[in-house]
Amino acid sequence: MGGNKNKWIWLAIGAILLLIYPLVITLPFPRHLMIMIFLYATLGLAWNMIGGYAGQISLGHAVYFGAGAYTSTLLLMKLGVTPWLGMLAGGLISIGLAFVIGYPCFKLAGHYFAIATIAIGEIAQHWMLNWDWAGAAVGLTLPILPESFLNLEFHTSKMPYYYIAFGIFALTIYVTYRIDRSKLGYYFKAIKGDLEAARSLGINVPRYKFYALALSAFFTSLCGSFYAQYILFIDPDSVFPLMLSIVVCLIATLGGVGTVWGPVIGAYILIPISEFTRIQFGGGGKGTDLIIYGFLIMVISIYQPFGVIGIAKRFKKKESE
Amino acid sequence: MYSSEIILQTIISGLLMGCIYALVAVGLCLIWGLMEIVNFAHGEMLMLGMFTSFWMFTLYHIDPMLSLPLCLVVLFLIGVATYFIVIKKILKAPFLAQILATFGLGIFLRYLAQFMWTPDYRMIKNPALAGRIDLGGIFIGIPELTASVITVLSFILLYWFINKTEIGTALLATSEDREGASLMGINTDKMFALGWGIGAACLGVAGALMSNFYYIFPEVGFPFALIAYVAVALGGFGSIPGSFVAGIIIGLVEFLGGLLIAPAFKYTFVFIIYLLVVFIRPQGLWGRY
Repeated sequence: MGGNKNKWIWLAIGAILLLIYPLVITLPFPRHLMIMIFLYATLGLAWNMIGGYAGQISLGHAVYFGAGAYTSTLLLMKLGVTPWLGMLAGGLISIGLAFVIGYPCFKLAGHYFAIATIAIGEIAQHWMLNWDWAGAAVGLTLPILPESFLNLEFHTSKMPYYYIAFGIFALTIYVTYRIDRSKLGYYFKAIKGDLEAARSLGINVPRYKFYALALSAFFTSLCGSFYAQYILFIDPDSVFPLMLSIVVCLIATLGGVGTVWGPVIGAYILIPISEFTRIQFGGGGKGTDLIIYGFLIMVISIYQPFGVIGIAKRFKKKESE
Repeated sequence: MYSSEIILQTIISGLLMGCIYALVAVGLCLIWGLMEIVNFAHGEMLMLGMFTSFWMFTLYHIDPMLSLPLCLVVLFLIGVATYFIVIKKILKAPFLAQILATFGLGIFLRYLAQFMWTPDYRMIKNPALAGRIDLGGIFIGIPELTASVITVLSFILLYWFINKTEIGTALLATSEDREGASLMGINTDKMFALGWGIGAACLGVAGALMSNFYYIFPEVGFPFALIAYVAVALGGFGSIPGSFVAGIIIGLVEFLGGLLIAPAFKYTFVFIIYLLVVFIRPQGLWGRY
């Protein structure tokens, strides 16, 4: 019980530190870095619901991210709908997409599922590159509106973005925690562990796979809408790329799949590395930052296939032995 | 709507391109059949094959057709090295770690090439093979035709090697049953290395052939790799004739879809065909699983 109490104290300290961070640190870059960490941690957490807990390796999560970004942006530009409603609409559309994509794809196992999700991601990107009404390859530049919470646009300070990103992140952590401790989470883990056994215990496998994907798609889509409002420009190459799908999956893997804190740890390690290498080596179009990035991905997967949480668990085991 | 000549021309172009796709796919197929690992750095290896051919031509004035055996050897060595440096360590790792390790390798190679050779598009100027044959209004590019002929020969050679030679049979045995093969005295480690070598060597041949008529740049491989994944899943993971037929189907779908429906969506048709096939027949056309 003592350990459990300690955990809550640490969690409270962590939350307070994150809440006062932008009050103490006023430089734009450190704030931007934290916003990016929140964004990618949320994406990693969302991917973890289907990829980690339910064990279905999706390499096409950019579809839901892009759907969120485009839905809120198009609603704002064409109908003047506030991005908050747009965000919700994007989430609902992504749940719909999850159904359409999941229904046939869940019949496929392992590599077949992974490659089918890549194929769907590519179809979505090609479609958006050619859809003139939605800006096609040129992309969409969001209109500059007066700063307000309702417009979800802030031009003078990154602080409001920080708190919104933190809010989305906290919500996703909470939902993941609830999944982890609920019957739903056990169903997901059963599907991942042994499909046949799960089925013989009477778990409706396709239904629970769909629940996992729908939750995952919804939170991924929220991040897409937030990204559009934060960067104020989207195009198919920035919100639908395969690279995004891979990075999201990498974040979860790096920290530890199928755990609550794994994707958070993954984002805290990977995003600073990626941002700093981009700043240090990114200039001149030589792509040095990506050489380092690719190398790190490779080395991490070779030496830490079970993620950082995997190492921690191994140490704990040794201690107790 | 369209004259029969245009349709025929498109079919022939599709068949020729399909052969290239098949040659790119077969290496991937071999590696999967052997050890159930999908090489996500496949496109980058193809790119290295094309650049090997390009540099041989630019620096030493050796024509791509003459440097083809060299490309084959260079890529064979790259494949073997990849096995020992990366793949061997993740043989027993989770599926996800395997995907990410090879994907990381791909990004590393792609941007290393960009760093060393800039992102410029390059071409081999005046290779020995050039021009086209005119068959009463239907044109066949000589480099493309040569590439197809060599692809077909490579497939026959590969099929013969795997089914008729002793090493090939050992390779086949390893892919059927790793433990059993190892009990029979087959060194599975060597077999895996050989599989990666041959898989990459196919890309050396494809790269040399393509450098005759295709732009060469660091990101060139990725779209071909995507098509190769689709081809391998379509033909059935591990089936060599399957990947040949799948390559041809993809070439035809791409060109005919581009002509008859919309050129902008030609790859979309390829992916849709793939999805339809795996939904109806999840193990692919010739898959064993």
